[in-house]
Amino acid sequence: MASASVSGVDFADIQGIVRFGYKHMTEACFLLLEIKDAAAARVWLSSAPVSSARDQKPPPPTALQIAFTAPGLRAMGLSEALMAGFSSEFLSGMTGEESRSRRLGDVGASAPAGWRWGGNPQQAPHLAAMFYAEPGRLAGWMSTLQDRIWESAFRVIETLETSDLHGREPFGFADGISEPELDWGLRRPFVADQLTYTNQLALGECLLGFRNEYGKYTDRPLVAAGDLPSAEDDSSKCDVGRNGTYLVFRHLQQDVRGFWQFVDRAAGGAASERDKLAESMIGRTLDGDPLVAATGKNGFTYEADAQGLRCPFGAHLRRANPRTADFSTAVNGTLDKLIHQLALKPRKFRDDLIASTRFHRIVRRGREYGPALAREDALQPAPPGDPERGLHFICLNGNISRQFEFVQNAWLMNSKFNGMTGESDPLLGNREPLIDGSGTDAFCLPQAAGLSSRVSGLPQFITVRGGAYFFLPGLRALRYFVRAGA
Amino acid sequence: MTPQSSFMILAPVDSGRVEELRRILASMNAAPGRADANNPLLPFGRFDIHFSRLVILDDPTKDDIEVYGVPRRSYPLYLAMLADVDGDADDFLAQLMQHSSKGLRTIFSCCQPAPRDDLKAWIEQYRVEPAANYINWRGRTVRQLREEAALAAYLQQKRADVAGKPPREMHRMLRGYVDAETAAGRLRLTPEARTPIGWTIRNLANLIGVPLAVLLLSPFLLLYLPFFAVILRSKERHDPEICPVPESAHAAKLSSLEDHYVANQFSAMGTLKPGLFRRSTITFILWLLDYTARHIYNRGHLTRVSTIHFARWVFLDRKQRLFFASNYDGSLDSYMDDFINKVAFGLNVVFSNGVGYPKSDWLVLGGAKNEQKFKYFIRRHELATEVWYTAHPGLTAADLERNTRIRQGLEASLSDEEASEWLALL
Repeated sequence: MASASVSGVDFADIQGIVRFGYKHMTEACFLLLEIKDAAAARVWLSSAPVSSARDQKPPPPTALQIAFTAPGLRAMGLSEALMAGFSSEFLSGMTGEESRSRRLGDVGASAPAGWRWGGNPQQAPHLAAMFYAEPGRLAGWMSTLQDRIWESAFRVIETLETSDLHGREPFGFADGISEPELDWGLRRPFVADQLTYTNQLALGECLLGFRNEYGKYTDRPLVAAGDLPSAEDDSSKCDVGRNGTYLVFRHLQQDVRGFWQFVDRAAGGAASERDKLAESMIGRTLDGDPLVAATGKNGFTYEADAQGLRCPFGAHLRRANPRTADFSTAVNGTLDKLIHQLALKPRKFRDDLIASTRFHRIVRRGREYGPALAREDALQPAPPGDPERGLHFICLNGNISRQFEFVQNAWLMNSKFNGMTGESDPLLGNREPLIDGSGTDAFCLPQAAGLSSRVSGLPQFITVRGGAYFFLPGLRALRYFVRAGA
Repeated sequence: MTPQSSFMILAPVDSGRVEELRRILASMNAAPGRADANNPLLPFGRFDIHFSRLVILDDPTKDDIEVYGVPRRSYPLYLAMLADVDGDADDFLAQLMQHSSKGLRTIFSCCQPAPRDDLKAWIEQYRVEPAANYINWRGRTVRQLREEAALAAYLQQKRADVAGKPPREMHRMLRGYVDAETAAGRLRLTPEARTPIGWTIRNLANLIGVPLAVLLLSPFLLLYLPFFAVILRSKERHDPEICPVPESAHAAKLSSLEDHYVANQFSAMGTLKPGLFRRSTITFILWLLDYTARHIYNRGHLTRVSTIHFARWVFLDRKQRLFFASNYDGSLDSYMDDFINKVAFGLNVVFSNGVGYPKSDWLVLGGAKNEQKFKYFIRRHELATEVWYTAHPGLTAADLERNTRIRQGLEASLSDEEASEWLALL
C-alpha cells in the first residue's frame, strides 16, 4: 500500500543537497565507490545518516548524501522491470554511446578513454558518497562513517577532494550566483506560453514525482507496492522516483594559468583590458556583476542587449542560461500571439534561434578543487608539480536529456549557437574542428560600429577528467533500494 | 531563380535480399551515418544535390493498427531514394542516367522486380511525389550556397585590413577586394539564373488555384464543419495512444547515425488511423501545408522553426501510410524540443491522424505537448537512414542565411546603419 500524503512537499524525504547548497559546510569530499559486497553495502546504507532537506536550527555541522549510477542500482539487486522505469540516458550512462559523447563534446582530449574515472567499466562507480562538513570536521565525519562494514562493502575508485575558494571558481570569478528558484510551495501555475522570462521553476524540473514545466510528470519507476510515497499521477502505484533527482557529475580540470595567460596575450598585456576580455568571455564581472543593466545580481535578461554589445552572444553565461521566454519578441494579445506562432511578421536573423530557457534549467551544486591561484600568479609559468585545479561540476535535473544534455550540447558546445559560427563556449569548448575542417576556437565581441572584434585560437581551458550520471533518491526510496535486492 | 525539386524513388524490395541490399547501401558510406560523397555507386557530390538519402522503409510499428480491431495488413518492404536537387527533377534524372546508371542498377538490383533493360522506364514507374514539401530557402542552389560560403570565408580573412574604418568605408573597401578577387577568378558570385517560365506559371496557378478551390469548397466545408467537430472529438476521446519507451537497441542504432555533422537526418513512418475521416483530414491538411510552404514559408523558416533545410511528407500504399523525411540542424532532442515548444499545433494537425499518436484535443492542442510520450512516439517511428548525404556538412540553415545576407548586403548600397548591421554579420 502507498502511504503518506500525496500533496505538498515532504522535506524529510528529500536529500538536503536538493534544497541547500550546504554553503556553511565549506569542507566536502566525494568518494566514488564500487560495491564489493552487496549484503554489507545494504547494512551500511541502512544505517547511514543520510541528510534530509528538512529545516534544522541550528543547521547540522555535517551532512552525507548518497547517489547511485545505473550499474550501482543493479549491483544493489534491483529488478530489470524497475530499472526500465529510469530514463534511457541514465541507464545508458554518460559514456554509454559514442553519439552521446559527441553531443556532450567529450571528444579529443576530453574523450572518456582518457578519463580518470567513469570512462571505462573498471573505473565506473556504483555510487557516490558525498560528505560535507563545517570547517575542521570533515576528517572526523568521514572516519566515523568509514567503519568496518564500510570496508567490506565498498572499494574506493576515486577520492575527490574539494577546496573552499570562498565563492569563487578556480579562474577567479564569483560563482553560483544564478540558480533557478524551485517552486517548493507548488504555487506556480502551469501556462502553455510563458511570455516573460522567469527564474521560477516547476519543482518537477528537479524532483521526480512532481509536475514539470509542461505540467506533466517525468517518467520514473513506479511499483505496485512498497514503503514509498504514492504516485501523484497514478494513485494505485508507489513512486520510486518521488523526491529523487538525477545528479550529473563531471570532473572538470581547469587550466587556470592557460586561461589568464591567453587572455593576457590577447589583450596585449594591459591588466584592465585583460580582465575585461575575461569578463566578456564569462558574461559577468570578476565580482559577479551582470554585464547588462540588472536589478541586483540576477534580475535581468538580454532583451535590451539584442546586438550583444554589452554581453557577447558567445559569453559562457549567455549560452548556459540565455534567459529567453517562450517567444523571442513581445506578444500583445491573442491575435498577436497567433501572428507570432505562425511567424507571419518580418523576421530578424536571430529571432527564435534560442529555445525557451525554462525547459532547460539545471540546479548546480558543484564544488571546486585545488588551491586558489591569483590571476597575477596565474600569469607566471607553472612551477614543477603545480597542483591540478578545477571543478567537480554537479547538477540536478529531472530529465537529463532535456536539461543537462541540452544545455551542454545545444547551447555550450554548439559552434552554431544563436546564429554564430566558428566558436563554442569560451570556457568549456573542446576546440575540435567540425567534420568539414572549420574551426570552433574563436570568440567574437560584437561592436557598435558593426564589425565585431574577434579573438581566435582559443586553446582548450577545461578538460573532462571523469563523469557519470547518478540517481539521488528520496530517503524512503533509498531504504527501498536497500531492501529490494535483499 | 532556379527552384529546387524533390525527387523520390519508392520501389519494393525482394524480401529475401534485404541483407544484401543493406550491404550494398553500407558500401556507399564513409562511416555509418556519413555517405561517401564520391562513392562509386552514386557519387552524390557530382550532382546539384542538397541532401539525399537511401532508406529501407521497414516500419516496426506497422502492426499497431490492430488496436482498432483491424486485421494486420501486409505491405511491400520498400527502398526509398530521396534527393533534394536544384532545377527540374526530370533533368536530374537524366543526369543520373548519364553518370550513374550502373550504380543505380546495383542499388536497385535487390528490388522486386529489379530494373531490366530500360532503367529509366523502371525508375519512372516507381517515382513518387510528396503530398507536401518544405524548402528552407526557395531558389538557393548548391552552387550559390557554396559560393556564398567561400565569400563569407574570404571576408573573414579581410577583417583586419579594414578595421577601424567607418562602416560604409569598410563596406566599400570589402566590396573592392571582392570585385578584385572575382575579376581574378578566385571568387565566384554567379548571378541568379532566370526562373523557368513553366515553373512560374505552375507556381502562379497554385498560388491562385488553391485559395480558389478552398473558396469554392467553402460552403461544403462549412456544412461539414459541425459534423467534423463531433466526429473529431469522439475519435480523440477513444483513439488509443501507443507511446512505449523505444527499444534500447533501436534507439542506439538510430543514435549511432546521428550528430556527425551540424545537421541530422530524420526518416519516420507510420500508419494512418483507419477510415475515411482521418484520411480526408490529413489529405486536406497536407494540401494546405504544401501551399503555405510554397508561398509563405520559403525564406528561412517554417512558422517559428528555422532549423529545417528540407522536409517532405509522402503518402504510401493508397494513403494507408505516411512517410516523413527531414534534414534539420542540431541533435534530435533539440529538434523535438524546438517543435514541441514552437509548433506543437503543426505537428498535431498532421501526425494526430497517425495510429498511436499522443492524445490531441481539437486537432491542434495536446498531442506533442505530452513531451515524453511524443518523444517516444517519434523515436519509435523513426527509421534507420542507411545512407545520408549533405552537400554542406558544416553549415546550418542559419549559416546559409547569414551567408546569403552577407552577399546581398555586399552587392547593395548601404546607409551607415545598414552598413553596421551588415558588418555585424561577418
